[in-house]
Amino acid sequence: MAVSQKTIDEMTENLPLPQNLVDALRSDLQKVDVTKKQLEDIIERALESYEYARIAPCEAAGVVSAQSIGEPGTQMTMRTFHYAGVAEINVTLGLPRLIEIVDARKNPSTPMMTIYLTEEYANDRDMARKLAWDIEATHIKHVGSLSTDLTEMLLEIELNEKAIIQRGLTAEEIAEKLEDELGVTVVTEKNILTIRPENESYRELLQLSKNAESVIIKGVKAINRVVISKDDIIDEYVMYTEGSALKHVLVFDGVDTTRTSTNNVNEVYEVFGIEAARNSIIKEATDTLREQGLTVDVRHIMLVSDIMTVDGEVKAIGRHGISGEKASVLARAAFEVTVSHLLDAGLRGDVDELKGVTENVIVGQPIKLGTGHIKLMATKKT
Amino acid sequence: MKNMKEFSLIGHNMVPQHILIPENEVNKVLKEYGVDKEQLPKIKLADPVIVEIGAEIGDVIKVIRNSPTAGEAVVYRLVIE
Repeated sequence: MAVSQKTIDEMTENLPLPQNLVDALRSDLQKVDVTKKQLEDIIERALESYEYARIAPCEAAGVVSAQSIGEPGTQMTMRTFHYAGVAEINVTLGLPRLIEIVDARKNPSTPMMTIYLTEEYANDRDMARKLAWDIEATHIKHVGSLSTDLTEMLLEIELNEKAIIQRGLTAEEIAEKLEDELGVTVVTEKNILTIRPENESYRELLQLSKNAESVIIKGVKAINRVVISKDDIIDEYVMYTEGSALKHVLVFDGVDTTRTSTNNVNEVYEVFGIEAARNSIIKEATDTLREQGLTVDVRHIMLVSDIMTVDGEVKAIGRHGISGEKASVLARAAFEVTVSHLLDAGLRGDVDELKGVTENVIVGQPIKLGTGHIKLMATKKT
Repeated sequence: MKNMKEFSLIGHNMVPQHILIPENEVNKVLKEYGVDKEQLPKIKLADPVIVEIGAEIGDVIKVIRNSPTAGEAVVYRLVIE
């Protein structure tokens, strides 16, 4: 007699198995008729093979991860710049990118954002375009041409009418913005703005021209370029940006705050917290490796990102992060800058407890890994 | 320029569920793992998600992650500083 759905659910309810194994077990059980005895047998075997597949206690999981990421790493290209998908945006890929991720750099060399839009914006190209103009940093050079008149000692900005309409600006708005930012008086005459420096000096005029060029008339400072493209899979418009400013972009109406993200791990950490940063490291590292045609098991990358985020902040692997914080002097000295670590330890009178792996290898003792970690004790029979 | 827009971080697809767990459950967790509270992974008090759920120093947060390998993975973090 086959067991009912209810019995299957009940019996698979509290198994010490990961959720997706339970789900797989349930869906497979639905397809076949099993008796209660058989079901018990199946569950028992599932538990057995799960136990077998689990990593053994005292196994050097970190070393296995290091090798599993390191070996494919040797095959990565040293220097690649590539275009991200459909949008013609330059992003660092390959080994330099991977190094950037594990080093937890505050400012990656090519920050980039993927901005998803809310429903009414996502399917309307014009709305999306308008939002893109609002987000993209607009400088004087985007809306007109700037020239210095040395005989009259003035700065002249000739606005391009088409460009300012496209970006939803008016000549007055631009003039006002320039006045605010530069502290000067701007004379507006149709589409020509003229600015006079306070003192009639050649140097001041040049300085003024430089300052005027750097004024952001509209948009978010760090976002240099916004590219809109239609994502065929989700069938909606998505914006890709050169430069990243998650905090400032999320406040715009029309930006989907549930999916929008950046490739800058530290920014994710600041805006979304440590757990999101962990996910971001996993995603960025996996994407970088996959783009190079390398398959590394996600568990290894998960281990790395777990270690990087375990203390509640994003830490780098390496001398300035994880490895530099080891308790053992010898372990730190064995990694990098040997002499200074030994010297500092000597000055402070540090004691090495010889509890880790590296220091025990150095002094020639069995390491505390695998069978070396276990002490066997027996009580004498009386 | 509008600079204020409130939204929940929890809704973001990169932010897993964070749950503040009561003291008796904390002890159960610590017993299960055989560790002290201080040996748990940490999460900072200034962490945006902690600010949102309003936990305090010494609280233990249960995080339910979406795991690519296990489907769902539960971890615990201790709120510090």
